[in-house]
Amino acid sequence: MEIVGQLQKQFVDFTTSLYREGILDGQFVELQKLQDESTPDFVCELVSEYFQDSEKILTNLTTALQQQVVNFKVVDDHVHQFKGSSSSMGALRVRNMCIAFKSLCEEKNLDGCLRCLQQLKHEFYLVKNKWETLFRLERQILEAGGAVPFVDYRFY
Amino acid sequence: MVSTCDSDFANLNKGNVEEEPHVLAVDDNLVDRKLVEKLLKNSSCKVTTAENGLRALEYLGLLDGKKSSMNNNALKVNMIITDYCMPEMNGYELLKKIKESSLMKDVPVVIMSSENVPTRINKCLEEGAQMFMLKPLKCSDVKKLRCHLMQCRG
Repeated sequence: MEIVGQLQKQFVDFTTSLYREGILDGQFVELQKLQDESTPDFVCELVSEYFQDSEKILTNLTTALQQQVVNFKVVDDHVHQFKGSSSSMGALRVRNMCIAFKSLCEEKNLDGCLRCLQQLKHEFYLVKNKWETLFRLERQILEAGGAVPFVDYRFY
Repeated sequence: MVSTCDSDFANLNKGNVEEEPHVLAVDDNLVDRKLVEKLLKNSSCKVTTAENGLRALEYLGLLDGKKSSMNNNALKVNMIITDYCMPEMNGYELLKKIKESSLMKDVPVVIMSSENVPTRINKCLEEGAQMFMLKPLKCSDVKKLRCHLMQCRG
């Protein structure tokens, strides 16, 4: 039981840090509220879909920005998709980076876009890493026979 | 691609429309589609999803040139919820097509968008949209929707 307690504390501390650092926002809490006994893997599966979808978008963005003549409308469309899904997932920093990216598209600022893409990739892989850690901690708690604490840490 | 998922209630409650409305959810974004589907299913709705306006119209039997005189799908759908920003046919254009149809014009249509643009909102409401909802959707949003939907049919 002590192991479970330690793991649970680790989980709570880690999750709280994600909200504090603005990596995740209250929308992630909303997603967890949707998960129930009949769909215990809802969040994990949705995050997985988000990862796959995002990788495709990042590839598309890289390609779009490598064209001889860059079509900023196409770039903006991809960023818009990424902003939407990131917002729905609660990936706050990724979403905010998309907002900055959209402005650069509007300005048709190629250098700015290229730099922003790098930052966007950084933020995405960061949240991906954090989520993977989060789900690993969850699994450890469950395997040790404990329940995963619900961390409702929302900023208003 | 259109997929239909029946909630567990369907078997217990043999298609009692009052208890479980059938909602057609349209969104080109995969994550958003999954999210809206879960939100609706958690609110005891049967959900069919479509990834764009054309697929939605196809499901409803409203595609020009492919019109079927009797489409069971259209009769089953109690509400349509659609994203605004979609390529080729946006939510407003889809709304118009639905309102032009004698079969579907009285079905409530809800528009969702990540952008709070008053002119866009007004345009949709004027065209007959029941409600406009700001993304990302939360549990409380769908509850409001459900109440609204029940009142409409009241």
